[in-house]
Amino acid sequence: MAGAKTRVAVHKFSSCDGCQLAFLNMGEALLTLFEQVELVHFAEAGPLNPGTVVDISFVEGSLSTAADLQRIRAIRANSDFLVTLGACATAGGLQALRNIADKGDWVASVYATPETISLLENVTPISAQVKVDLEIHGCPVNSRQVTATLRSLLAGITPLDERDKLCLECKRRQHVCVMVTQGMPCMGPVTRTGCGALCPGIGRDCYACYGAAENINMSSLGRHFSTLQLNPAQISHRFVSFNSADPAFTPEPAADTARDD
Amino acid sequence: MEAPRSASRFLPRKAFDTLLSALRDGGYDCAAPVVRDGAVVYTRLQAHDLLPSGISIQQAPGHYRVEFTDSPRNFSWANGPQALKPFVFTASEPLWSVRRDPDGELRFTEADTSQDPVAIIGVRSCDLAALALQDRHFLGGDCVDPHYQARRASLFLVAVNCSHPSDTCFCVSTGDGPTASDGYDLLLDELDDGFVIQAGSSAGQNLLERLPLASPTGKQLQDITRQNLHAAECQARRLPPGNLEPALFANLDHPHWQTVAERCLSCGNCTSVCPTCFCYRELDRGSLDPDRSEHVREWDSCFTQGHSYIHGVTIRAGTDLRYRQWLTHKLGSWHSQYGRSGCVGCGRCISWCPVGIDLTEEVAMIVGGAS
Ligand code: SF4
Ligand code: SF4
Repeated sequence: MAGAKTRVAVHKFSSCDGCQLAFLNMGEALLTLFEQVELVHFAEAGPLNPGTVVDISFVEGSLSTAADLQRIRAIRANSDFLVTLGACATAGGLQALRNIADKGDWVASVYATPETISLLENVTPISAQVKVDLEIHGCPVNSRQVTATLRSLLAGITPLDERDKLCLECKRRQHVCVMVTQGMPCMGPVTRTGCGALCPGIGRDCYACYGAAENINMSSLGRHFSTLQLNPAQISHRFVSFNSADPAFTPEPAADTARDD
Repeated sequence: MEAPRSASRFLPRKAFDTLLSALRDGGYDCAAPVVRDGAVVYTRLQAHDLLPSGISIQQAPGHYRVEFTDSPRNFSWANGPQALKPFVFTASEPLWSVRRDPDGELRFTEADTSQDPVAIIGVRSCDLAALALQDRHFLGGDCVDPHYQARRASLFLVAVNCSHPSDTCFCVSTGDGPTASDGYDLLLDELDDGFVIQAGSSAGQNLLERLPLASPTGKQLQDITRQNLHAAECQARRLPPGNLEPALFANLDHPHWQTVAERCLSCGNCTSVCPTCFCYRELDRGSLDPDRSEHVREWDSCFTQGHSYIHGVTIRAGTDLRYRQWLTHKLGSWHSQYGRSGCVGCGRCISWCPVGIDLTEEVAMIVGGAS
């Protein structure tokens, strides 16, 4: 890539657009970025060139329609390196909640002319359909994560996968544990770090918007939540929100219903 | 090293401020325990700030609650999540930065290690024992850690003998409390109307001599003896005695490691609050400017995947192996490495474990001696 600027595209699918703000919120650093990259497609910021070949594509949002599938395949074919950005792209996001609901009812209650809506059976993360080179987790992701990723990619280094538990970051910041001192059902012990422990830092429990950390123990945390007076439905809601299509947050089948294949 | 001992004095509660003033006059910032967000944590005192009184703490596995009583005492509680560790081994700090000059040359700059002196009020004997262990790790041998060294040298330690151990404390069984034997500059014993105070270093002695204080009465000395005895007697938890290294390493395949792993969240809260844990990782924090980068270190834990990642392989992928690493090192191989166990009996890892895993119970299940 020496000499020529790195060509970057930012695409979106079903999402709230919030993760793309991680670029726009960089402020002055954008000027430094533009010395090194050429932003060829970024609808939220201006440039429109969806079908062009690029070095790096950032993709926000989850896949909901047949047209989405065609579009993501084209993006994949046009991109040297594909990065998914945020909970919708990496784990389905809130849209994927419809996978576990009655779709017909939901469509009818939201749209005036439900018959004009054509949906895939299930909402899927991008990685379920095409090869993804890197996932940046969070709802929304922040500028620090995007900056660190870009820095590494532009330098030809594998970006750091931040997948430790949030508790470590919380303790580094000397926040006081809200679960131990207040009995709040904090998701920190199963959630990946990256947000900077925002919620415990203002005295509330983590709600896992950054998705599953590595080597998590859902059953133990679930059992602990039941001692904090959460009922089974409340416990499963803690795991099924922004990252409901993340297989790591899908409960293991109970012993008596386990498949034997 | 035998600490220089001084004759003790009595510091009336009303005159506690004179101690803080003398410390400030001596050039120290004062850090003292206050209640924030439901726990006792250290904060820098502003001039005229008072120490909080009447704090009472209930601790149990996975449980920590602060209550306030009308006691006039400032230290009638055991501990909070921090020990001295965050003061000397910072949770996250830059080590060096690098920039590329226009001529292409790389210029490295070491991070500034200079430290303003700070007096820490209310240090416990287990904290002092843990500090001595961290000293051995960061300052012992040929490789002295300059960041740790600078912070360590900036400390003036005002210890207080523990009068109210928590249910999670077991410093008696590790030989590290509840009364301090050395490692402090000044040592307090708290009574309702004030403090018996003595010096443990020449800096402490100099400061004590500047305070116009009388000797304690015989009754006051008897009261603190009784109080210290009671603090030792009320501890119910204990570690199995002796060097557990052979027994732990003879039980690497014990099924109980898997039983603990079914509860353990592999979250690293235990290692983060442990005052002797010293593992860190180093990483580079780049900005978008390709000519600059900063190299930082931050607390790591044997409960992370990265801790055992070597050349493409994660040695300890599962929680059973990670918990085993923590316990066999802390209570076992520390003996070979540092001449004693790495546990000072503060009980923090028990209280701050979200699911209340108690190392005294787990180790007893593995090496025998479960009560
Ligand atoms: S192992 Fe637990 S009880 Fe022992 S020093 Fe560390 S935190 Fe304290
Ligand atoms: S023992 Fe407790 S605090 Fe330590 S990693 Fe396991 S669950 Fe977390």
